[in-house]
Amino acid sequence: MPESADFIYKVEFNKQQIMNNIPLIAYLTVSAVMFFAGIYGFLSRRNMLTILMSLELMLNAADLNFAVFNKYLYPGQSEGAFFTLFAIGVSAAETAIAIAIIINIYRNLKNIYVDEVNKMKF
Amino acid sequence: MMSYTLIILVLPVLMFIFLGLCGGKMKPAVAGIFGTLGLTLVAVLSYITAVTYFFSVGKVGGVYHTITPFNFEWLRITENLHIDLGIMLDPISVMMLVVISTVSLMVHIYSLGYMNGEKGFQRYYALLSLFSFSMLGLVVATNIFQMYIFWELVGVSSYSLIGFYYTKPSAVAASKKAFIVTRFADLFFLIGILVISFYSKTFSFASLTSPTGSILGQHIGATFMGVSVISWAMMLIFIGGAGKSAMMPFHIWLPDAMEGPTPVSALIHAATMVVAGVFLVARMFPLYYFGAPVVLNIIAYIGAITALFAAIVACTQTDIKRVLAFSTISQIAYMITALGVSGYGGEAGLGYMASMFHLFTHAFFKALLFLGAGSIIHAVHSNEMDTMGGLRKYMPITHITFLIACLSISGIPPFSGFFSKDEIMVAAFNKDIILFGCLYLCAGLTAFYMFRLYYRIFWGENNKQYEHKPHESPVNMTIPLIVLATLTVVTGFVPFSQYVSSDFIPFHTHIEWSVASLSILIAVIGIAIATIMYRKENSLPEKVALSASGFYTAACHKFYFDEIWIFITKKIIFNCISKPIAWFDRHVVDGFMNLLSSSTNFVSRKIKVVQSGDIQDYVWVFFMGALVMVVSLIFFWWSSLPC
Repeated sequence: MPESADFIYKVEFNKQQIMNNIPLIAYLTVSAVMFFAGIYGFLSRRNMLTILMSLELMLNAADLNFAVFNKYLYPGQSEGAFFTLFAIGVSAAETAIAIAIIINIYRNLKNIYVDEVNKMKF
Repeated sequence: MMSYTLIILVLPVLMFIFLGLCGGKMKPAVAGIFGTLGLTLVAVLSYITAVTYFFSVGKVGGVYHTITPFNFEWLRITENLHIDLGIMLDPISVMMLVVISTVSLMVHIYSLGYMNGEKGFQRYYALLSLFSFSMLGLVVATNIFQMYIFWELVGVSSYSLIGFYYTKPSAVAASKKAFIVTRFADLFFLIGILVISFYSKTFSFASLTSPTGSILGQHIGATFMGVSVISWAMMLIFIGGAGKSAMMPFHIWLPDAMEGPTPVSALIHAATMVVAGVFLVARMFPLYYFGAPVVLNIIAYIGAITALFAAIVACTQTDIKRVLAFSTISQIAYMITALGVSGYGGEAGLGYMASMFHLFTHAFFKALLFLGAGSIIHAVHSNEMDTMGGLRKYMPITHITFLIACLSISGIPPFSGFFSKDEIMVAAFNKDIILFGCLYLCAGLTAFYMFRLYYRIFWGENNKQYEHKPHESPVNMTIPLIVLATLTVVTGFVPFSQYVSSDFIPFHTHIEWSVASLSILIAVIGIAIATIMYRKENSLPEKVALSASGFYTAACHKFYFDEIWIFITKKIIFNCISKPIAWFDRHVVDGFMNLLSSSTNFVSRKIKVVQSGDIQDYVWVFFMGALVMVVSLIFFWWSSLPC
């Protein structure tokens, strides 16, 4: 076996090992950061489209958790992965509806700032 | 059989709808002619019905039987108890059909002249049609509940016609008074109906009034406060009738009802609607006679007292229509008394037949009197007899017809009033001498006040000054007068007992000359006194009035019945019952509800600021809440771990 190929093999082997040795907490950290970024965006932005994006961010954080917990806690099963796919499908549909609503609001009010859309307030 | 009688009912109501909806768009005269033509058709059909019933189909084996050409179930309450709407023909309902359609037709024709140029002419004819419909429906009712429905309809149309001149406050007050008083009495009628249907499980007249029926036998034992329930029910039903027929103490509405147009008074408040109470008692007569003879006695006495009372009051009134109103009360009281003293079957049922006979003749001569009075009012433009006098030269037709009616109501042969009144006198004489005395005195008073009226209108000062020279009324007003005068002359000769009797079996009557001569005597005395006092202007009436001043003043004020009612309603009922109830309602019931609503309002005002409508606020709160929950969960989980 040539050295270079061996190296490659070793690298390949090491990549696999590295992938397998990423601790669960790292995934959860990324997921938590994404989630809180989403919450921050949701609370601080006035533009509905940005709010929608923040919402997607939170959803994706949750999806990540599904996938990771499936892999680490129940490696032999695949429900978490299916849930992730399912949630992605649902969120796509939901985003379509939300955008439709936003477009309609814009057509009617010429405005998509949440704090200014208050026609139905008491 | 005889299903065309349905048209008699349907045509007036269609005419009411037609004139009510389209009347405003047509000329007044056209609306009037439409109404009159409709009523003419109704009258013709009624005559055909009467002839067919009395002379061919009605009589089987010497007995009149009931025909129900039309009947359908309108409302089913229980398996046995259901309200029907239908048409029932028997001698009294057919007789009433003839009376109502004749008088109504005369009034329709007369009104073409009398109401000419009035505002709301079309409305007037529409309401007349409504009234005709209701009254016809009342008399042909197959069951007591249908009768009650039409009874109320009659009350409504009477209300709207009394208040026809709705811009006049007195007319509005009179219509309200009439409606409230009769409605108050109708409440008792309704309770009576409910009681009787509760025990008998039927509304139908056919089963209620059959003398051999099982209704009486089954529940004769049921009593309330020591009196049988049938007596209670029949008394309550009579109170309803007393309200419509203006018996004491419910008579107070009728004199005020004279605020309506005069033809309306002739139709509703003299000839047809006010006899509904008499008709009701006659319709329920077997039940009264077999089930509640005590009530029948009470009815007789109420009738006699009312007759005497109304006759005395009529002597002192100066408004000609009010004199006629009191005379109507008095004459209806005659009919009621006659029913009260009547027995059942054959000669014993003379009072029943006499009552119906008097109803029949009275309808014509009293309508004639009212229409005559209308003709006079039309000429003089006043109701007060002080402004009249010497009119016989100006209005010959009105004069002659009025005189005929006066003679008839006084009981002078050969006019119709004599025959019917004589039968009533005989019936009362056979039953109870006190009642006879009352009625006898009343007959004298009747002759007196009618001729007082007659002399003061048509005689007296010849050189009375009028603003406009009075003139005879137009031909469409005099023709009804002439027709009714003819009827007044001829109807007395109708062999009434051949057609109407308490058990539907014809019997023969003859004039009891001993009683008849007595009543002619008192009528002549009454007329003679009136002639002495009022034929020429003299001071005699004042002297008589002064010699009995207290009594005279009381009679002038109608014996303070209105004041008593006002006292009872305003001072006692209003102050002692209504006001506390109103206070309780306004302060306790309403107060509690207001407290609930105002506290809800207060709280919601306080908490509505939370609902800012800003989605980011909500998310913020939601997020913080979730955070607190998560933190506390972790905290508890941590502290529950072993060290």
